[in-house]
Amino acid sequence: MKIIKKDDLDSFVDELIVNDPREVVGVKERGNKYVFDTLRSSEELRLDYDVTILPPKKYFLPQRETLLKFRSNDKIKAEPENDVIERIILGIHPYDLIAIQQMDRVFSEEPEDPNYLKKQESTVLIGVNMSKASERCFAGSMKTAFTDDGYDLMLTDLGGRYAVEIGTDKGKELLDKSGVTLEDASEDDRKLLEEIKNNLKFETKMNFEPGELPELMKANYGNDKFWEENAENCYSCGTCNLVCPTCYCFDVKDLMEVTLTEGSRIRQWDGCLLEHFAEVAGGENFREERAERYRHRYMRKGLYLHNKFEDIACVGCGRCSSQCVPDIADPAEIFNKLKEGEI
Amino acid sequence: MNESPYLPEDATILKITPMTERETLFEIKLDNYNALGHQPGQFVEVSVPGVGEAPISISSSPTKKGNSFELCVRAVGNVTNVLHGLKEGDKIGIRGPYGTGFPVDELKGKDVLFIAGGLGIAPLRSFINYALDRRDEFADVKILYGCRAPCEILYGDEVGGWKERDDIRYHETVDRCPEGVCWEGNIGVITTLIPGIDIDLENTYAVVCGPPIMYRFVLMELDKKNIPDERIILSLERHMKCGLGKCGHCQINGSKGEYYVCQDGPVFNYADIKGFEEAL
Ligand SMILES: Cc1cc2nc3c(=O)[nH]c(=O)nc-3n(C[C@H](O)[C@H](O)[C@H](O)COP(=O)(O)OP(=O)(O)OC[C@H]3O[C@@H](n4cnc5c(N)ncnc54)[C@H](O)[C@@H]3O)c2cc1C
Ligand code: SF4
Ligand code: SF4
Ligand code: FES
Repeated sequence: MKIIKKDDLDSFVDELIVNDPREVVGVKERGNKYVFDTLRSSEELRLDYDVTILPPKKYFLPQRETLLKFRSNDKIKAEPENDVIERIILGIHPYDLIAIQQMDRVFSEEPEDPNYLKKQESTVLIGVNMSKASERCFAGSMKTAFTDDGYDLMLTDLGGRYAVEIGTDKGKELLDKSGVTLEDASEDDRKLLEEIKNNLKFETKMNFEPGELPELMKANYGNDKFWEENAENCYSCGTCNLVCPTCYCFDVKDLMEVTLTEGSRIRQWDGCLLEHFAEVAGGENFREERAERYRHRYMRKGLYLHNKFEDIACVGCGRCSSQCVPDIADPAEIFNKLKEGEI
Repeated sequence: MNESPYLPEDATILKITPMTERETLFEIKLDNYNALGHQPGQFVEVSVPGVGEAPISISSSPTKKGNSFELCVRAVGNVTNVLHGLKEGDKIGIRGPYGTGFPVDELKGKDVLFIAGGLGIAPLRSFINYALDRRDEFADVKILYGCRAPCEILYGDEVGGWKERDDIRYHETVDRCPEGVCWEGNIGVITTLIPGIDIDLENTYAVVCGPPIMYRFVLMELDKKNIPDERIILSLERHMKCGLGKCGHCQINGSKGEYYVCQDGPVFNYADIKGFEEAL
């Protein structure tokens, strides 16, 4: 572990912005919310944020991206397309780093998806431990408040100084190349880091071990009354899918230029809460009822993706809960209710 | 890293055979002259650049001569309507073959009862023709085929041939027959054909493909016949966007677990999906 002074960190960031050919992205304030966006100066960087509106997945799985380009002279030719921008992303909270690791498993399962993987591999991930958790965040309960891997560098605010943990060679190189002044961490610094971690408080909690979720969800698939009651006010707007760092379902469609000589096949975020997600030609919809779609999201978070990748696919960021207008998308609340109702 | 799994192979439409008002048969070859290398029951993603992709069952048997394959397409929306407007010699893209095929080897030496409803004949035909081309590898072969009306019968010429063969049994039915149309087969939904069929319970597999509603009733009839669940094979249709197990659209669930139809299916053994509330 190393220590870097706040001022040195600022100049390190400014150095990167000016001299590194990669795009430097970080957490900025917008309105009274926070977003990941391109940094123009270290002054914009807010490492003390609570949560961002969208997770950093937008850099690896953009809301809309091109998979193929079509060009026609006399005959149409399709070519693969992957708009990879090399980036350094600063200030990713541990729960989002864990979500990225989950996504990595999804997109590296055979057949590998180069559109995601190449973007991910071309990125330097610099994490920051939370200095405060958002009101709806329950990462503490999901064991995602801290992480030992998934980052190239990890920062923790020790008050005027930052602890720097080096996760990979990529991270080490970035520091070495910059020539930034680092001190070795003392025993007291390590203690302080532990103390800061231990003092992190969460207002929202899930009242049991996440490892119990798969069994709980399996037992409650057929609890129709529960799902119907809780989904009653759902607008099927899909916001809970869109803001989630572990949701990755997508739609694929073609766009054609007006000239009709060029076009592209794109993919864009889709959501299982949206009404037509499981509909086929002929009008049959395999999850026609709101409650079925509502249940599906929780089942995926707690059971389905666990069966496939051994991950609990909710990292407790609380974005869905805070952005759902009728406020019915809080996994902690739903999981707790199911647990309480358990016989 | 491999190249993009979303990139289709170039292919050419060799022949177009209109079959009914809504369905057309396309014979297609890959421009690299390779055979598709499919199993009966698998599907491809058909790509029309600038329009989109659609999952379509491979309707020809891998035993068919030459390296081309056939797709039977019903015009229902964007991609399928544009396909219907293409001409012989036009280019399309093909990804695949994808999914599990029918368990052809498991069924060798068995009696096979094919039950097709409507467009369900398209995937089943890849297996039916396989069984007919390798007739001695299978015991008794029976085909039940039901459509809404006589004008909707697909593969009319071929079906005529099935009627003539004495080494298989073929029965057809239509839900209704308009006045003045000549029809010698049964009238009634497909389930009305099942009670009259002789089945060797020890040795029979039923292979079923049709619209979702048909499964519910056919399965009830097969149950009455005491065919065990594990000897019923089904092919399911779902909304599919990738065919690669990634986009999430084709997932079906139940308290027992879940499947991605594009990879774990579209062909399933009924015993494996019976507890899946979202399967049927
Ligand atoms: C494994 C499999 C095998 C199939 N085999 C055949 C076949 O042999 N012949 C045949 O004619 N059809 C087959 N289908 C159905 C065919 O894929 C759809 O009819 C086709 O995708 C519709 O595309 P479209 O662009 O023409 O319609 P669209 O304009 O996209 O939409 C029409 C309707 O179809 C739904 N839909 C859209 N995309 C899909 C999709 N990818 N899968 C299912 N429904 C969708 C829409 O929700 C809408 O209700 C098969 C489907 C699957 C999953
Ligand atoms: S749960 Fe909330 S955010 Fe999700 S679809 Fe329903 S209303 Fe929208
Ligand atoms: S389900 Fe909600 S709380 Fe869980 S990871 Fe997704 S957005 Fe965050
Ligand atoms: S079609 Fe995309 S996951 Fe099956």
